[in-house]
Amino acid sequence: MSNSGVGASGLSGWGNYPRVSTELLAPQTPAGARDHLLARSGVVARGAGRAYGDAAIGTQSTISSRGLNRMRSFDAATAQLTVEAGVTIADILAAFEPRGFFLKVVPGTKFVTVGGAIAADVHGKNHHRDGGFGNIVVSFRLALPGGEIVTCCRSENAALFAATLGGMGLTGMILDATLRLLPIETAWLRQDTRVAGNLDAAIDQLESSASTTYSVAWIDCLARGAALGRSLVYLAEHATRRDKDMLGPDLAPFPSVRTSRLSVPELFPGWLLNRASMRAFNELYFRRGAAHQGKVRLVHWDPYFFPLDAIADWNRIYGRRGFVQYQCVIPQGRARRVLADILDRVSRRGDASFLAVLKLLGDASGPMSFPLRGYTLTMDFPVTETLFAFLDQLDALVVDAGGRLYLAKDARQSRATFESGYPGLAALRDIREQTGANTRLASHLSARLGI
Amino acid sequence: MTGTKSILVIGGSSDIGHATALRYAREGWRVTLAARDLEAAQRNADDIRTRSGVEATVQALDVLQTGQLAGFVAGLSALPDTVVCVVGELGDQLRAQTDPELATTIMRTNFEAPSLLLELFAQAFEARGSGTIVGVSSVAGDRGRASNYYYGAAKAGFSQFLSGLRNRLALAGKVRVVTVKPGFVRTKMTAHMKLPAPLTVQPDRVAEDIFRADVMKPRDVIYVARRFWLVMTIICALPEPVFKRMRI
Ligand SMILES: Cc1cc2nc3c(=O)[nH]c(=O)nc-3n(C[C@H](O)[C@H](O)[C@H](O)COP(=O)(O)OP(=O)(O)OC[C@H]3O[C@@H](n4cnc5c(N)ncnc54)[C@H](O)[C@@H]3O)c2cc1C
Ligand SMILES: NC(=O)c1ccc[n+]([C@@H]2O[C@H](COP(=O)([O-])OP(=O)(O)OC[C@H]3O[C@@H](n4cnc5c(N)ncnc54)[C@H](OP(=O)(O)O)[C@@H]3O)[C@@H](O)[C@H]2O)c1
Repeated sequence: MSNSGVGASGLSGWGNYPRVSTELLAPQTPAGARDHLLARSGVVARGAGRAYGDAAIGTQSTISSRGLNRMRSFDAATAQLTVEAGVTIADILAAFEPRGFFLKVVPGTKFVTVGGAIAADVHGKNHHRDGGFGNIVVSFRLALPGGEIVTCCRSENAALFAATLGGMGLTGMILDATLRLLPIETAWLRQDTRVAGNLDAAIDQLESSASTTYSVAWIDCLARGAALGRSLVYLAEHATRRDKDMLGPDLAPFPSVRTSRLSVPELFPGWLLNRASMRAFNELYFRRGAAHQGKVRLVHWDPYFFPLDAIADWNRIYGRRGFVQYQCVIPQGRARRVLADILDRVSRRGDASFLAVLKLLGDASGPMSFPLRGYTLTMDFPVTETLFAFLDQLDALVVDAGGRLYLAKDARQSRATFESGYPGLAALRDIREQTGANTRLASHLSARLGI
Repeated sequence: MTGTKSILVIGGSSDIGHATALRYAREGWRVTLAARDLEAAQRNADDIRTRSGVEATVQALDVLQTGQLAGFVAGLSALPDTVVCVVGELGDQLRAQTDPELATTIMRTNFEAPSLLLELFAQAFEARGSGTIVGVSSVAGDRGRASNYYYGAAKAGFSQFLSGLRNRLALAGKVRVVTVKPGFVRTKMTAHMKLPAPLTVQPDRVAEDIFRADVMKPRDVIYVARRFWLVMTIICALPEPVFKRMRI
């Protein structure tokens, strides 16, 4: 796997925007990481660099966790796994899926580290039922800027534990963590595809299937007018042995994962992403998806949860200037009107990503966790001169509706937008003051937002 | 578990040793890591056990204590099916030129100690009638260069030792010797160096190639990456009057 975002001209997140210079440190042991932390200021931890914006770039120094990649122990009786913070979700699934264990919460790419997943309290397609990544974390050890290493769990250093979930690395560096794995009977998901003709229909679908474990709507951003928000809604459950025997009697319960991967050439010319090619892609995507409507099929977990992982370095398709991922959440009651307004503006503007993702979220786990009960919408935009003014207009709609933006995706929101969205900020600031993190730990994100 | 095979890695605190042991463990081999840094070796053993579900233990060994090597081999609870020696030290060439003690350590670590130890395994394997000895040398041993000639000379000695040992054991045909010549590998040994990306591999590439050369498709000498064989063939073909003026 490439160490994404590292270039001669500095460090960036997955969106390749912004790119800034910072000292990049690569300790090979947890003790080494702690020593770096102790010796630096303007410093923050970095995992796999899958956050899109400036969260994982220290204002002066950045400590990579990639050398902290050893697993510690696994107890099959309790399904508890202890790993160092730089171990990725891909590593865990590779080792434990064949033994019948999965992770109850996974984001849309498996190439994230456990440290990054905790620091952003990442959500999956089941947040409305199972909550965020924090819910599967039993405990972790955190290195504080003063060099002290503390164990945090729900009964010990509980406030520090909670503020670290979604705390974006600003409470300390996670060295290792104990997670609870999910026993599974097969590697397959039982997937049901529904077509929703517009945004209302998509939200109706997600609402009425709130008891389904996994649900997500892929919205065609180019559809306009009455078809605004037309979507494919994917619902899924882990397939039991019986499900598999019925739907795919010839399939192995745990087939070996195919390893071949496509890759995007170094710098994919940005002009290939024009409206015509996107429209053609979306038409194709929809026709293929709609053909599966009403048929329950078995899908392997890898393409189901991580469709983009099949294309290595797909972020390069946006070229040198990079892109911004815009992810907001709107409280449930206001979601239909506000999301329709946002989608309408986006489709008029016409340069958003191929597809947008719509998910139902449940309550937050930590004071700084992104989720709140409502709908979250995610879209990519290439960076252009006019983009940020446009996104400011969307922000105004989000703020007015009592929503917020996801820090793991953010590269440009204003302090005012941020502060109105995160009332839990006071709790994070308190903790940072108590541990001395406020004067030592700083990312470009925290400096920009005044955290 | 009787019937499962076992591997002993000498230098079990290293990234290449860790990756190699993990590769074998994934096929169900039991693992022992010998190292002088027991804490680092234990961290690797825990990782291997957790990822593979296979037993992995550690043993203390400083190969420079050559008087203790025979006792180490005799004291093993079971003789492994494969022993892999990844012990090595790059050392600081410039310092070594004026610090005979460091020069001596580099030469002893890369040549003398591994050779003495592997001879003991050769004899034990011969007596049992089976076994594979894998020695991790380096392309640096193929031709002496200004930038690392103590290291290179010692690796050259080690490569020749492995070649001779293989030659001796081949007649009986019971014990195999594999020489591994990595080019550039991203490890803690090279963490501070800028390596040419197209020629640089990760430790698991070395591990995969060792496993293949031992278990799947027997080979005597392997270069990792493979294209280094061509690079070294060209470098070795340069006439000395030309080579001595080059900085490569
Ligand atoms: C294709 C794609 C799909 C995605 N889908 C989802 C999704 O569905 N749901 C979702 O929630 N997110 C999603 N994300 C975002 C991603 O899950 C988060 O940004 C995650 O935090 C990335 O983890 P990382 O290891 O790459 O961390 P980085 O990006 O390197 O860092 C992210 C944050 O974590 C902190 N951090 C990292 N390691 C540590 C540590 N050891 N100790 C303390 N702090 C640390 C950093 O300081 C930074 O603030 C997606 C990203 C991509 C690229
Ligand atoms: N990395 C490369 O590019 C490259 C290229 C060609 C060849 N190689 C060879 O590959 C092998 C592994 O190297 P690496 O890159 O993984 O680097 P490494 O981590 O530095 O490995 C060297 C190993 O040798 C051990 N060692 C040194 N002296 C010892 C002693 N007296 N007793 C016991 N163990 C001792 C070290 O133990 P400690 O941890 O205690 O120091 C370490 O485990 C070495 O032989 C190296 O020469 C590497």
